[in-house]
Amino acid sequence: MQHSTERWLDIAALEDVPRRGGRVLRLPQGCIAVFRTVDDQVFALEDRCPHKQGPLSQGIVHGASVTCPLHNWVISLETGEAQGADSGRVTAFPTRIEGGRILLSGDCLRVGAEGADA
Amino acid sequence: MTEKLVVVGNGMAAGRALEELFRREPDRYEVTVFNAEPRVNYNRIMLSPVLSGEKTYEDILIHDDDWYARNRVNLIRGEEVIAINRAERRVISRAGTVADYDRLIIATGSLPFIIPVPGHDLPGVLSYRDLEDVEAMLSAARKGGSAVVIGGGLLGLEAAAGLKAQGMDVTVLHLMPTLMERQLDQSAGYLLQRAIEDRGIRVITRANTHAVVGEEKVEAVRLDDGTEIPADIVVMAVGIKPSIALAKDAGLEVNRGVLVNDLMQTSDPAIYAVGECVEHRATCYGLVAPLYEMAKSVGAGLAGDDSLAYEGSITATKLKVTGVDLYSAGDFAEGDDREEIVLRDASHAIYKRLVLRDNRIIGAVLYGDTADGPWFFQLMKDGTDISDMRETLIFGQGFAGAGPLDPMAAVAALADDAEICGCNGICKSVIVDAIAAGQSDLDGVRATTKASSSCGSCTGLVEQLLELSLGESYARAAVQSMCGCTDLGHGEVRRLIIAKALKSIPAVMQELQWKTSCGCAKCRPALNYYLLATWPGAYVDDQQSRFINERVHANIQKDGTYSVVPRMWGGITTPDELRAIANVADKFAIPTVKVTGGQRIDLLGVKKDDLPAVWSDLNAAGMVSGHAYGKALRTVKTCVGSEWCRFGTQASVSLGVRMERFLWGAWTPHKVKMGVSGCPRNCSEATIKDFGVICVDSGYELLFAGAAGMEVKETVPLCKVETEEQVMEYCIALLQLYREEAHYLDRMHKWLARVGMEHVQEAIVGDADNRMALVDRFNFAQQFAQTDPWSERAAGRDAHEFSPLATPDLEAVA
Repeated sequence: MQHSTERWLDIAALEDVPRRGGRVLRLPQGCIAVFRTVDDQVFALEDRCPHKQGPLSQGIVHGASVTCPLHNWVISLETGEAQGADSGRVTAFPTRIEGGRILLSGDCLRVGAEGADA
Repeated sequence: MTEKLVVVGNGMAAGRALEELFRREPDRYEVTVFNAEPRVNYNRIMLSPVLSGEKTYEDILIHDDDWYARNRVNLIRGEEVIAINRAERRVISRAGTVADYDRLIIATGSLPFIIPVPGHDLPGVLSYRDLEDVEAMLSAARKGGSAVVIGGGLLGLEAAAGLKAQGMDVTVLHLMPTLMERQLDQSAGYLLQRAIEDRGIRVITRANTHAVVGEEKVEAVRLDDGTEIPADIVVMAVGIKPSIALAKDAGLEVNRGVLVNDLMQTSDPAIYAVGECVEHRATCYGLVAPLYEMAKSVGAGLAGDDSLAYEGSITATKLKVTGVDLYSAGDFAEGDDREEIVLRDASHAIYKRLVLRDNRIIGAVLYGDTADGPWFFQLMKDGTDISDMRETLIFGQGFAGAGPLDPMAAVAALADDAEICGCNGICKSVIVDAIAAGQSDLDGVRATTKASSSCGSCTGLVEQLLELSLGESYARAAVQSMCGCTDLGHGEVRRLIIAKALKSIPAVMQELQWKTSCGCAKCRPALNYYLLATWPGAYVDDQQSRFINERVHANIQKDGTYSVVPRMWGGITTPDELRAIANVADKFAIPTVKVTGGQRIDLLGVKKDDLPAVWSDLNAAGMVSGHAYGKALRTVKTCVGSEWCRFGTQASVSLGVRMERFLWGAWTPHKVKMGVSGCPRNCSEATIKDFGVICVDSGYELLFAGAAGMEVKETVPLCKVETEEQVMEYCIALLQLYREEAHYLDRMHKWLARVGMEHVQEAIVGDADNRMALVDRFNFAQQFAQTDPWSERAAGRDAHEFSPLATPDLEAVA
């Protein structure tokens, strides 16, 4: 995946996302799940589980993984890859934190999660 | 005058015979023992641990100097008896010591069999019989180099393992196709060879030794096919032969060994023989158990008791190589009159075989898991008829006797394509394959196959498959851990939370050494519940450790929308409530309105963002959360009872409403459903609830531990009471006991199955003080629990849960 580092979206303050939790960001291109881990790392994934399109943003966050609320698939926040016996992946988007703000790669607008919105 | 007893030989058999004699008649004889070795009696079967360095000579002493002194035994060390003069009743040693006897015991043991190949007498060729041999091997091993062990039997393999442990390069040569063929069948022999090779020991089977090669000392071993294997020492461990020369020279009857009758007397009744030198009923023994049995007979006979005849032994063997578990007993050759039961587990190198004749065990070979060896051996010796436990016999003592209806047998009988996990569509063969590929516990099977990872109702079956595949090794495993983050089980964690006064999830994880930084989706909700139930009022509920439904107080649906179920106390509603529900459904365009099985109304398809507004409207009409989404009190289902029904015996509706109003809001290990029926016709289906009340003329029958989920469970009776007040008291106490004791996600019936009826009866019914204490603790906790979560959130709490992040300015980056 190519991504251009010049284009970053300022989407929220770090505090807007609870630790060990997630929020959803609705974009015209689809929903993005934004996660914050216990050690304040931030990750962004397409908000649809590769299994049955469950909203990952509603799952329980543990370590650098999220457990989907529908059928307990565990998805890596870093790669978007399903863990354990399951296979499948969702797109993971680069993020960074600057001055307490969460920046999301503009790639989410380009490669996007087309048709992801429920 | 005291009789004189002389013992020729000071091995284990002689020592045991003396012990038996002294136990019976400590003063009857003046005892002299000749020992060809310059030592006291030591445990010869423990030579291997001495060789491998795991034990010292001192560790394996049986009788120390003090024992000989205490029993006034004259021990003559390092003197070999060379002649018996039966006419004069005296023996003479090589050193010239003469001793007279009234009774004599020949316990000369056996000699190692040395293959008479060229070079067999070169320095560096050793046998493996006594401490001298061990010391010679140890001193060779200190120089390093290589060793060849000829003979892949019990002694040879123990010698090989010991020499390897001492750092030598070791090759085992064995004449036969498989190792230990006298004790093991081919399958076990193969597993054994693999285990020996895994230790870096080379094994050559079908190896016929042609010569030991060397000029002044051993240099190599040459096989028939010309192969030469370099060797600094050669250990011959190809067998033993009874040491009979002394007896034969004295004119006693001998064959392979010294012939004895059942009283262990030789052809001269004044002379006993015992141990490896003996031939009894055409059998010579080389294992310790039969020698001890013979020795008992000898000791008794010397004490004047001729009733203790020796009638031969069935022998059992255990290989003393650390890390190799092997047990064999009895006769395991195949034959037309024999049947066998075999259990194999390739990945865990477990092999068990029982040979049966006429429904009795006559042979057993166990490899990899030998725990049941002694039990099988006992059944064999006792000649026990095993027909009744045949189905489960191979699984060992822990399972046997359960009869053919044992669930293990049922699981074993399932076809490979039988579906085990209905949620994920996993069949038996997928699970069995995962176990064969190395999964050895529930978590492993869950992680690799998904079986039992959803609703969990097939967990028992999966565990049985694990037991079936892994044998005793699985059953012996520790308590099932909560999850992969810890080795502790639920019970242990609950106990430690109280014992160590742990009051937060990070405290639990730190103190109980969690293996992950912040747990997982399994342990976090469980810990959150345990802390909440243990420290009401003090512990702050961790929203991030709750499943989405309990975090947003609604049920997530497949499309990411939610369902909303307001409480209808006891199933009673009003026109105003119904109007409010109808208005909410219209206002928020809720697509489906459905009546539930718990006598209330479900609004399905509510958008998450709308939840607080929906709740606000419902609150305005006096309705609160029905906790249809929670591990909590769900409904109290009622029938109309004596208020309307012509059969009703008590006021079941008002009782149900009272119960629900008192109990709502309490978090529990799993969902809790209750029912109150106004008469035994049971229209509220109280007999499949976690707690049920059946009203009768004379009072109330209290039932519990029913369920109608994946498993249908009928309730069991708790007790009968007379008043509504008592119903409340018992119901509250039971709920609190369940809250305090159950493992997270165990319905009441699972908790009952674990703790047992007697325990619950005693805690609730049998002990009024305890019952009241439970009620008090529940009441204390309820003051923190009975706040409507909907009104809190309608008022703005946790707003971040119900709104998306603000859409950023997309133009800025376009």
